[in-house]
Amino acid sequence: MMPLFDFPGGIHPPEHKAHSSAVPIRLAPLPPQLHVALRQSMGNAARPCVAVGDRVAKGQLIASADGRLSAAVHAPTSGVISAIAPQPFAHPSGLPELAITLDSDGEERWIDRQPLHDWPQRSGAEIRDFLAQMGIVGLGGAVFPSHLKLGVSPLETLVINGAECEPYISCDDRLMRERADAICDGIAVTRHALQARQVLIGIEDNKPQAIAAMQAAAAAHGFSVVAVPTKYPSGGAKQLIRILTGKAIPHGVRSTEHGVQCFNVATVYAIGRAVLHGEPLISRIVTLTGAVDAAANVEALIGTPLDRLLALAQPHRDRKEVVMGGPLMGFTLPDLAAGLTKAGNCLLVKSPALFPPRPPAQACIRCGDCASACPVSLQPMDLFWFAKSKNFDKAQQWQLFDCIECGACSYVCPSQIPLVDYYRFAKSEIWAAERDKNAANLARQRHEFRQMRLQRDKAEKAQRLADKAAQAAARQTASHSAAANVATNVAPGADPKQAAIAAAMARAAAQREAAPLPEQHSNGLNDAKQAAIAAAMARAAARKTAADEAKAASGQPPAPPPASSGLDDAKQASIEAAMARAAPRKAAADEAKAASGQPPAPPPSSSGLDDAKQAAIEAAMARAAARKAAADQARANQQPDS
Amino acid sequence: MTAIHSTHIAKPATVSTVMLKVLAALLPGIALSVYCNGIGILLQLLLASLTALGAEAAMLRLRGVAVLPALKDLSAIVTAWLLALSLPPLGGWWMIVVATLFAIIVAKQLYGGLGNNPFNPAMAGFALMVVSFPAQMAQWGSPQLPLDAVAQWQWIFLHTLPAGGVPDAISSATPLDVLKTGLRQGQALAGLLPSSSAQGLIALGWLAGGLWLWQQKLIPWQTPLAMLAGLLALALPLWLWQPAQYASPLLHLLQGGTLLAAAFIVTDPVSGSSTPKGRLIFGFGVGLLTYVIRVFGNFPDGIAFAVLLMNMTVPLLDQYTRPAVFGHRRERS
Repeated sequence: MMPLFDFPGGIHPPEHKAHSSAVPIRLAPLPPQLHVALRQSMGNAARPCVAVGDRVAKGQLIASADGRLSAAVHAPTSGVISAIAPQPFAHPSGLPELAITLDSDGEERWIDRQPLHDWPQRSGAEIRDFLAQMGIVGLGGAVFPSHLKLGVSPLETLVINGAECEPYISCDDRLMRERADAICDGIAVTRHALQARQVLIGIEDNKPQAIAAMQAAAAAHGFSVVAVPTKYPSGGAKQLIRILTGKAIPHGVRSTEHGVQCFNVATVYAIGRAVLHGEPLISRIVTLTGAVDAAANVEALIGTPLDRLLALAQPHRDRKEVVMGGPLMGFTLPDLAAGLTKAGNCLLVKSPALFPPRPPAQACIRCGDCASACPVSLQPMDLFWFAKSKNFDKAQQWQLFDCIECGACSYVCPSQIPLVDYYRFAKSEIWAAERDKNAANLARQRHEFRQMRLQRDKAEKAQRLADKAAQAAARQTASHSAAANVATNVAPGADPKQAAIAAAMARAAAQREAAPLPEQHSNGLNDAKQAAIAAAMARAAARKTAADEAKAASGQPPAPPPASSGLDDAKQASIEAAMARAAPRKAAADEAKAASGQPPAPPPSSSGLDDAKQAAIEAAMARAAARKAAADQARANQQPDS
Repeated sequence: MTAIHSTHIAKPATVSTVMLKVLAALLPGIALSVYCNGIGILLQLLLASLTALGAEAAMLRLRGVAVLPALKDLSAIVTAWLLALSLPPLGGWWMIVVATLFAIIVAKQLYGGLGNNPFNPAMAGFALMVVSFPAQMAQWGSPQLPLDAVAQWQWIFLHTLPAGGVPDAISSATPLDVLKTGLRQGQALAGLLPSSSAQGLIALGWLAGGLWLWQQKLIPWQTPLAMLAGLLALALPLWLWQPAQYASPLLHLLQGGTLLAAAFIVTDPVSGSSTPKGRLIFGFGVGLLTYVIRVFGNFPDGIAFAVLLMNMTVPLLDQYTRPAVFGHRRERS
């Protein structure tokens, strides 16, 4: 028996799992129409790659991932695409989301499934790419794309989460009881991809049958099945990792930094189906429970309208709202016409008899019950106070963002205060403030850059005039060959210019990557703007370089700086140019060339041309290249091509 | 704020049930108090309760807060009972009324009502009385008072006794007071010890209630134990050093409402610290200060002042004793 660890706090609410866990998983009947939302994971919604009227096969890709955090979406059954339009969506906001409506033809005709039979020979990266195409996301509720969790290997411990600690839910319990072998196959693939040394499967000890089934299946693979004490929220990834390994991983730190990765049992099952059978993630097990006559677990296609699913369980007449998820972390569904999503592990029907409405909140008496229940040792009563008084700085200082919103504090509060609502409110207010700050920063940057540009143009004009006069004098005395000599020295000077452009483009790309998630809708526009700014800065840098070269070529000392405040700006411009040059030169330059599709700037032809003129031409070409790159990017962002 | 995202289940506990259990936990002590001191204490409890409810209702109305829900939380009754049990059982009716009015109106409602008061209201009311009316506050009925119920009520309301009554029997000082005064006058300790075990018996009643509250998880163990430890930390060494000069630790534990305070007063969550470490420091501080004020100060008992002084430290205690958040190392804030 391996030693187990404990996490702080926790609660023991009534379990109510037996209602739904008693009967085997049933297959939900094929609905005539499915609404497959494009937002099936964290990150961006997927981009549709089919058109209305298309006939699709079961398992066919219908929307591809858009960006790193996004996941591909596949046709849950065969049929005809009848609409791509906003539909009700299973989200607390109640806002509609773009969904692909699929009229099923009843044939369940599969695409040509291509499993990865030789997975033991494949590398982790290959399996990762394969899973990305299969649209596998975490089925425990967070719907984090699974392939992103396969990045780090080798790994010390792979933790498989079969705790299922929320009351009422039993989909993982049934899955483990009935399909333990398939789960273990999936674990084997995952373990191979991660090169994990050991596998620990944690299951709460209130599921003895699941534990027995998993033990029988895991024995052949050498995985350890560990019964963990029943205590909510032991199914939180970090809580389970703590119980099994003793490692306490704080907020903002990835478990892989401590050599641990955690997957839900349903997720590894889906990984197994994908790799061994070539089936993308198009269905999941859903618990139907609460105020219903026939509580059950059904295997349902993603996109099945929730009201059709619910009807299978025969809800009571006095039913009120329906919760997606468990009674502690679930949210009330705004519209049951929405299609099932990959996150939908449970539909919990509420009735006044089973879920009496909460009495009105009373004053907080600082009894500290919430602090004793908090699994991350926060001081919830203090956070409540700070959130209520909108003292958000203090809330952050009290580590508001370590809160996992498990609801244990709300559950135990004798004053019946919906504490988690206050924390969510505080978090969203802080996020909103940060967005505003970022927007203001961007505006300030733009303004400062404009000021800089105006000043610099003025300074340059003065300098050009001075140069011209100096050159006129120089031309009369300098010999032809000497000038040519200097011109060949300029050749390496082409590099900095390109580096400047490349650096600007790299910056633009980095900004696009780093753009905060909530801004994704307006991203295209912002990126275009940012790219334009970057391009303009690159132009400035190029012009400056050109001017410098002109100076060098003419062999004249630089013109005396203008007496005005333009001095500072000119300096600043030269610093910027220097910084751009300092950017990783060669690699960036190559990348930029490849990306912009521009031929490399021709080497300066010597002799014949006036050097200053030549430099000016080069600067103009750099400008054109930068502008072209910016325009391309803007176009790419504004028109999602499929 | 929408309720859409709320936790959908909750423990059936409410503030009212918490307060009700606190009141229930006081009953054994009250019963023993009636047995030892007579029925007068019940009249004090009734007076205090009515005054508290009236004052609370009036203040809630003035503050524009819904009256009934706040009255139903029973916190005013708890304050009232704790005051009634701290004041002399045969004190005049106006004493308990003034103390309760001050506790509810000034110490509680003017700070924003339940949950917002920095000081323990009952102790604030007690402190007001002991500072303003030291003579009356020092007069406790002597044990086995030869007064029947009617006579006690007559004394409380009219300050008169039926024919043949002896006022001296009522105006005896508390054992702690006797002890302190006697020692200052150079009398031997042995002759000053209380002759009856009534106070000790009642103290056991408070102890029983406190244990039950702890078993019900309504009070933490840290504060009461730390308070007793703080008291003993001074009482024990001094007594061992000079047993003729300093009373035994047992006397300090059983006399003067020590156990009432340990179970019901230092455990007040609103005005106490809410972190485990903070509770230890808070309780220990109350114990130490209680002893210092009792033995070296000018007042017969020091609990109320000790509690109020430690109440002032609570914001600091809560700030600096925050437990380390899961996975983070302890940090200096």
